[in-house]
Amino acid sequence: MTASTTARRPARPGLPLDTAAASSAPVWLVFGGVFAVAWLLVELNGGQFMTVENLQNMAVRSVALGLVAVGQTIVLIGGSLDLSVAYMVSVTAVGASFVMQGDPDRMALGVAVTLVLGVVVGLVNGLVVTGLRVNAFIATLGTSLVMSGILNALFTNFTGAVPRQFQGLGYQALGPVPVAVLLLLAVVALAWYLLRRTRFGYHLYAVGGSAEAARLSGVRTDRVVVTAHVLCSLTAVLTGLFLVSRLRSGAPWVGPDGGYDLESIAAAVVGGTALAGGRGGVAGTLAGVLILAVIDQVFNEFEVNAFLKTLIRGVIIVGAVALYAARSRRSEGSF
Amino acid sequence: MTDDNGARGSALLGMYGISKSFFGVPVLDDVRLECLPGEIHAVMGENGAGKSTLMKILVGVHQPDAGRIELDGTPVRFHHPRQALAAGVSIVHQELNLLPDRTVAENIFLGREPRRRLAVDRAAMDRAATRLLATLRADDLISPRAVVGRLPVAQQQLVEIARALSYTPRLLVLDEPTAALSPHEVDTLFDRIRRLRADGLTVLYISHRLKEIFDLTDRITVLKDGRRVATVRTAEVDTRTLVHLMVGRELDHYYPPRAAPGRIGPVRLALRGAGAGPLHDIDLDLRAGEIVGLAGLAGSGRTELARLLFGATRMTSGSVELDGRVHRLRSVRHAIRSGIGLLTEDRKAEGLVLQLSVRDNSLLAVRALGRGAVRRAGLGDLLDRVGLRGSTAREVRYLSGGNQQKVVLARWLATGARVLIFDEPTRGVDVGAKASIHELMRELADAGTAILMISSELPEVIGMADRIVVLREGTVAGELPAGASEAEIMLLATGEPDRSAAPVGATGEGGAA
Repeated sequence: MTASTTARRPARPGLPLDTAAASSAPVWLVFGGVFAVAWLLVELNGGQFMTVENLQNMAVRSVALGLVAVGQTIVLIGGSLDLSVAYMVSVTAVGASFVMQGDPDRMALGVAVTLVLGVVVGLVNGLVVTGLRVNAFIATLGTSLVMSGILNALFTNFTGAVPRQFQGLGYQALGPVPVAVLLLLAVVALAWYLLRRTRFGYHLYAVGGSAEAARLSGVRTDRVVVTAHVLCSLTAVLTGLFLVSRLRSGAPWVGPDGGYDLESIAAAVVGGTALAGGRGGVAGTLAGVLILAVIDQVFNEFEVNAFLKTLIRGVIIVGAVALYAARSRRSEGSF
Repeated sequence: MTDDNGARGSALLGMYGISKSFFGVPVLDDVRLECLPGEIHAVMGENGAGKSTLMKILVGVHQPDAGRIELDGTPVRFHHPRQALAAGVSIVHQELNLLPDRTVAENIFLGREPRRRLAVDRAAMDRAATRLLATLRADDLISPRAVVGRLPVAQQQLVEIARALSYTPRLLVLDEPTAALSPHEVDTLFDRIRRLRADGLTVLYISHRLKEIFDLTDRITVLKDGRRVATVRTAEVDTRTLVHLMVGRELDHYYPPRAAPGRIGPVRLALRGAGAGPLHDIDLDLRAGEIVGLAGLAGSGRTELARLLFGATRMTSGSVELDGRVHRLRSVRHAIRSGIGLLTEDRKAEGLVLQLSVRDNSLLAVRALGRGAVRRAGLGDLLDRVGLRGSTAREVRYLSGGNQQKVVLARWLATGARVLIFDEPTRGVDVGAKASIHELMRELADAGTAILMISSELPEVIGMADRIVVLREGTVAGELPAGASEAEIMLLATGEPDRSAAPVGATGEGGAA
């Protein structure tokens, strides 16, 4: 509540203000609202919403999108964007199950191989964007197509398998809390620290806000953007590993079928991150992901037609962003 | 002309024989600039005189083709702005280079954030920012945690200066720092700059505003067409001499004669009790053939009033009359149709589409109204009327500020606008082009256009206006006849108790309050 009042009022001298506090609080407010409405709807319908199983379900559902959305948020803040995450997820899922072949001893190898792949793809994305000055939209679409081509040429169906132990990532829980949820929370916390407390984060916001101002201040802007792309690809790898642990085996379509490229951007933007860069954060993105998950849960509860579901999601995404736009216009003045 | 005034061979900064060409076109030719320790030294000249290039060479953005630079008598050569910063030369650029979404402290220390282990040491950073702001006496004004984009422009400027000071410079270069400030803010900025000098800082002050240079500086180096014309002591020259050095012309030619009383026609546009946003209870008449000067401090609502008249903001109270009939301005499009034109303060962002040609920019509005094709043959005539020569296919971003303004003006002539609002018509325009814009404005008025001219340069208001309206805190504080003094305008604008019992119109000489 304090955030919404400070946002409306211009900075009063002597009043400490923080960009972080100002940006993610309204998204959590929206999440609270959506959650309450969902609860009410389900209960009125005679269903039960606040069951442990239900909440676990929503949380686990959030993990796959959540991990990669954190990475997407990082590149978006830097003024870039990554459309290759969906196929990065597929490459990881297929790669991990192919390398592991159900052998527990090859688990570490499988994870290591996919992480290296993630770094390579991230580096390529980042270097093409910064070095060759190719627009990020086209550059990452290109790497995405390359990955898709290779993957579909080599594999046509589910390939290999991950060992039982690896499936613990997808299915085990510590008490009531699934391990995967802990992983997501850890990644969010780490990303939050990176963005809000380290020089890398400060420079990332600066590059996204005004690359020229950052460069004139001696920030090595290209390095910052490349790092952001590597981090983003790595979060896609984590999503891929989580998915394959749930599915036991990877197939080329798991990434694109999940729509992780556009959904991760949608989650970040619903979470208050600016597509133009320089503004936003992972706390908001987490709320954005949860908003989408709660909506999904309600749809499932009511067994809504899949097409209608997509339609409503579209309306909600645009609505949320329009709402933020209206808010920020008001806080900037009357024009 | 006395030359080398005051140089005693102990200059803090010496630039000697600096020459620079871009693509074979000489921009600087054998320029010398010497700056003594502890002085405020002005570099002045028209736009295109080479001021900015000289400064960019000083701070290492450009490399000179010939010549040498000395700091404290030691030759230096900077290949990157960071090297200049390390050697004690900081620059505050004309355009603010701040990140609006980041805090004051984050902006000041961008790229050099203090660290404790892995993390940025925010507490230390905030303390250091507060210390820097304190040297500008602004620590009680600006919090280091405030988000820069929400600060008023004058305070953002202070943040820029604080950032420049954070490199502990010996020489501070200020490039046109007052472009966006009101007269009152300029005065406080000058106080701060003088205090910095008292603390031992040497300041290079780039400007083409005569009044500021007389108020602030100790010595002046005048550039013209890439050459140094002279270096003089400020105390030893007057405005006339200085303008003569800059352009080789007398000040009298600055402003065209005012409207003859008989030429002022009926009221074209009238506001009655108008209000919207910060504006309230505004009564204003614009008459055919008359130039009304609108003065007021920054934040008094000048630009807001322009936008109101142009239909860009909805009026919440009061009424508009156009040629005596009540008229509602529903939208910008509607205002343009009704014969109103606005020349915005920020030409590059709001006035022009920079990548489009002179032709497309000139015809933008008339085409939008759907009469464009018909008028195509008239383009040459339009550009003749505003005195713009050259190919109509040129992209406007390659034009000078003065010529860009002429393109915007041509656009409104094309729509046949009979009420024109000029918001800071000559900001960022060199002296020569300024005079021709002023003459154009007068010609338009003589041809029956009603003109409202918003300006923060009081000499311009006084020189041009047939009547002066002063805004204060969103409403009309008063009206003055042509030829009112700066002091009278400032009294109205600041709302200070009326010291002068003198009747309105009596001209008392005196500086701005």
